[in-house]
Amino acid sequence: MWEVRNHTSHFSHQYTKGMNNMQKKYIISIDGPVILAKGEGDFAMHDIVHISSKKILGEVIKLNRDTATIQSYEDTSGLKIGEEVIGLEESLSITLGPGIISNIFDGIGRPLSSLKDIDGDFIKRGSSSISIDLNRKWHFIPTANIGDKVSLNSILGKVKETDLITNKIMCTYKGEAKIIEIAQEGEYTAKDSIAKVLTEEGKTIELNMIQKWPVRKQKPYDTRMSLTKPLITGQRVIDSLFPIAKGGTAMIPGGFGTGKTVTQHQLAKWSDADIIVYIGCGERGNEMTEVLEDFPKLNDPKSGKPLMQRTVLIANTSNMPVAAREASIYTGITIAEYYRDMGYNVAIMADSTSRWAEALREISGRLEEMPAEEGFPSYLPSRLSEFYGRAGEVKNLNGTQGSVTIIGAVSPQGSDFSEPVTQNTKRFVHVFWGLKRDLAYSRHYPAIDWNISYSEYVDGLSDWFEENIDSDFQDNRRKIVEILEKENELQEIAKVVGQDVLSDDKKLTLEVAEAIRVGFLRQNSFSEIDTYVPIEKQYKMMQTVLLINDRALRLIEKSIPLSEIKKTGIFEEYKEIKNTVRNEELEKIDEFDMRVKTKLKKLEEDYKEHI
Amino acid sequence: MAEFRFCSILYAYKILFLVFSTKARKKIYNAARCYSTIYKLVCELLERKVLFMKVKYLGLEQINGPLVFIKTPKDVSFEEQVQITLKNGETRIGNVLRLDKDITTIQVYKGTDDINIKNVQTEFMGEPLRLKLSPLMLGRVFDGAGNPIDGLGEINARLKRDINSNPINPIARKYPRNYIHTGISAIDGLMTIIRGQKIPIFSGSGLNHNELAERIIRQSNITDGDKFAIVFGLMGAEFETAEFYRKSFEENGVLSKVVMFQNLSNDASVERVLTPKVALTCAEYLAYDLGYQVLTVLTDMTSYAEALREVSTLKGEIPSRKGYPGYLYSDFASIYERAGMIEGREGSITQIPILTMPNDDIAHPIPDLTGYITEGQIVLGRDLYQKGINPPIDILQSLSRLMKDGIGEGFTRKDHAELSNKIFSAYSKVQDARALATVLGEADLSEIDKKYIKFGEKFENKFLNQGTYENRSIDETLDLMKELLKIVE
Repeated sequence: MWEVRNHTSHFSHQYTKGMNNMQKKYIISIDGPVILAKGEGDFAMHDIVHISSKKILGEVIKLNRDTATIQSYEDTSGLKIGEEVIGLEESLSITLGPGIISNIFDGIGRPLSSLKDIDGDFIKRGSSSISIDLNRKWHFIPTANIGDKVSLNSILGKVKETDLITNKIMCTYKGEAKIIEIAQEGEYTAKDSIAKVLTEEGKTIELNMIQKWPVRKQKPYDTRMSLTKPLITGQRVIDSLFPIAKGGTAMIPGGFGTGKTVTQHQLAKWSDADIIVYIGCGERGNEMTEVLEDFPKLNDPKSGKPLMQRTVLIANTSNMPVAAREASIYTGITIAEYYRDMGYNVAIMADSTSRWAEALREISGRLEEMPAEEGFPSYLPSRLSEFYGRAGEVKNLNGTQGSVTIIGAVSPQGSDFSEPVTQNTKRFVHVFWGLKRDLAYSRHYPAIDWNISYSEYVDGLSDWFEENIDSDFQDNRRKIVEILEKENELQEIAKVVGQDVLSDDKKLTLEVAEAIRVGFLRQNSFSEIDTYVPIEKQYKMMQTVLLINDRALRLIEKSIPLSEIKKTGIFEEYKEIKNTVRNEELEKIDEFDMRVKTKLKKLEEDYKEHI
Repeated sequence: MAEFRFCSILYAYKILFLVFSTKARKKIYNAARCYSTIYKLVCELLERKVLFMKVKYLGLEQINGPLVFIKTPKDVSFEEQVQITLKNGETRIGNVLRLDKDITTIQVYKGTDDINIKNVQTEFMGEPLRLKLSPLMLGRVFDGAGNPIDGLGEINARLKRDINSNPINPIARKYPRNYIHTGISAIDGLMTIIRGQKIPIFSGSGLNHNELAERIIRQSNITDGDKFAIVFGLMGAEFETAEFYRKSFEENGVLSKVVMFQNLSNDASVERVLTPKVALTCAEYLAYDLGYQVLTVLTDMTSYAEALREVSTLKGEIPSRKGYPGYLYSDFASIYERAGMIEGREGSITQIPILTMPNDDIAHPIPDLTGYITEGQIVLGRDLYQKGINPPIDILQSLSRLMKDGIGEGFTRKDHAELSNKIFSAYSKVQDARALATVLGEADLSEIDKKYIKFGEKFENKFLNQGTYENRSIDETLDLMKELLKIVE
């Protein structure tokens, strides 16, 4: 019994039930990760099972009278017909408690470090490990008092999990109860009793720091709220042009080599969420190693503490079993909801949801289900909407406010955005950051194509931007988008007739658009200055380029040729701002604004004299 | 294995005890006092299969392509190795592909030609297909399933490993950072290969990918020092291709460092599904057990995927894109992800799979799924090839994902990253300028566009194009990049 076995004392009722009346079936067919088992045992849908004496973990995905279809989370080679399958009478769950942050798990919530201790450098099967370290002592500080009324998720006390995150210990009893005993401040392990509550039925229940939650089920909350706060990521094209709200949903589709993973890493590093859950779902092993090597070295821009102290990693690389890949997404979001319940803003990066969809397809194919589009099962859209539906900003049961933001990378097959995963995801998310291969080829990173990307949160967030940044933030944003759109049209014309035929004001638009593309949208994630840009600097940079546009247009109206304006070098200088002006020296941008004004004024006067 | 041998010895003693009288026993004891004699005896007994007699099943239910179907006997396990004995005494190896309570599906690696449906014996070996491993494999040639075919006899090895290895725990990996100097400007300058990387060559039929691979092997400094090895997996390759590589190794005197696994185009196609796995099992042994720097070349992955599709359709699976099975991604991953380095172990596996894109289509499932798993790709362009540029690397479509951490100060040169970004950016503008030139004519282009056209010409002829034996140092390559960029600055 996988997790049950590990802490028998806490789930003893389940354990004994399992022992007395074991639900058993016997293998009748094996095909890759799909196993059929037949027998008297009474299984429930999505129950966890142990296959054979090797205790390989599986999940029931279909039931048909006395035959159960099981997907195995581990390699099935060496299994035999007639071996027993034992039902554990619980669905795939994860043990939640202090010690989750900074850790790295596989798709079904086993910490990879303890798997390494057990198995060595290669992952073997049948190894069991619980997600948190039960022997580690935590410094518990009670916040609730004896006599307090508590219910599900009421906060009983706190534990400092890392320098950045305080874990709030919540009540796991589902009904109304009263605290009759609470532990003193001191060192406790996660399974030590920290409180006793008296239920309405008069039963006394001991509580500890652990809670178990089935990963496929959403954690409950009080009410959902409308989204009004942006998730600031420090990436100009995202924050300024296509912002995402805290509690929102976004997708990053892009073919291979367009920079999905780098963009996801950037968001994981710099976004102002309290906690990041990074799910490496069916991706490269070395990428996870990179995160593991990089994040402890990088510091959070707000607190200066290592980023790892607010990060949870889930790594189910492409060569790990396919069913666990399917589960990894749910494991990740359950962890996120756990911290949301404590009142944190959590952001999930899922890289990549296409691998998850393909895992669904692979298993569906093995089940010989009738495929819908391109071999994907017909329930793909509903699974996607279920997943993205778990995002949102909520008022929790304990009165705190928290949010879960989901950012999913999509790897469209054949780089074709019309394929089913991209199209169906698009229906359920509100922000679309489409990556374009041409931009990536010309090393324009992030390769987010401004022509096809959009954010439905722009209007909802405008109040926040106007209150916290400046009243004309939204105006600036709109103007920038307009210039880029105009450029697009002009490029089409220029392709046919050549650029030289265009009038000077049109050429100016092209010139300004290039300045925006190179100086603003393009951002170098490897440059120390440019990798993270605060929203105030983003605003100033937008204003400056618009100032150049306005002033230059004025001169052109006075028939001063564009070539003369270009000679002042303001465009070139603007493109360099991102590399030269440090984030804390915003006054330098003001100085540059002054220079632009004087230079153009001088040009205007010089020109008058000539005439 | 040791345990097994020990058990056999006990067993032999038991037999001696039971069968012979006390006097005779004493005599035998005296004769067999030394361990080696007993060992020899046991081996002989094992050889004749006296001790562990396996049950052979007579007859089959159905034969379809490379698959045979048999009534499920007792105690068969999934993915178990199977030996089929034909009427004429020939034996063939296969494995259990699907297990059902009535029918077991077996794929036969050497094909099912000449197999009778009635007069045939099937024997289940009780373990998955395992490869014998020994340092003596270096310099040898094997068939696609790992049997020696160079006439030098069997490999005598105690170590045997399952060819489907377990996945490396991501936290046990070491992030690759040491760059491999190949002497090819396009690669060193713009898509630097890192030791422990997996980077495929995407080619088309008729392009010179084999020459490029041969050149990388010949010129790369991965072959510096003693502790290097090359593991070669040929799937469905022409005889000429195999000969081409063999000759090159011979000329360069590295033949003794090469392990060849070859499945030629006229060999059984199903055997190809084994070849990469067998080759990588050998590579893992050399790298992680013996500490070799291993370069693994697998060619052609397209033939491998086609063999997989062949089996899948015959098995009656629901096809996904272009008839390839739905698990093609997972299957590819189980091959490509076996590249890398492990913390605390000396060796590394660098993988260069070669695949030909059907109809030069990079969006075809094989290159597409490969690109999502590998750490970049080197794409060959037919345009460049026809222009006579050699190697015809299409740099815009090519990429090395691990490059960023293996270049710059301390690795190559400080200005490397900046120069390569500028080259990419400039060369992408060359494409725009050329497109414009086809509409307007070159004469009507603006000054800057003309400069880009000139840059493009120079870049292709001076930088990409490189004599077959021209080995450029990293400084030469970077200086050349700097010089070319002056045209457009």
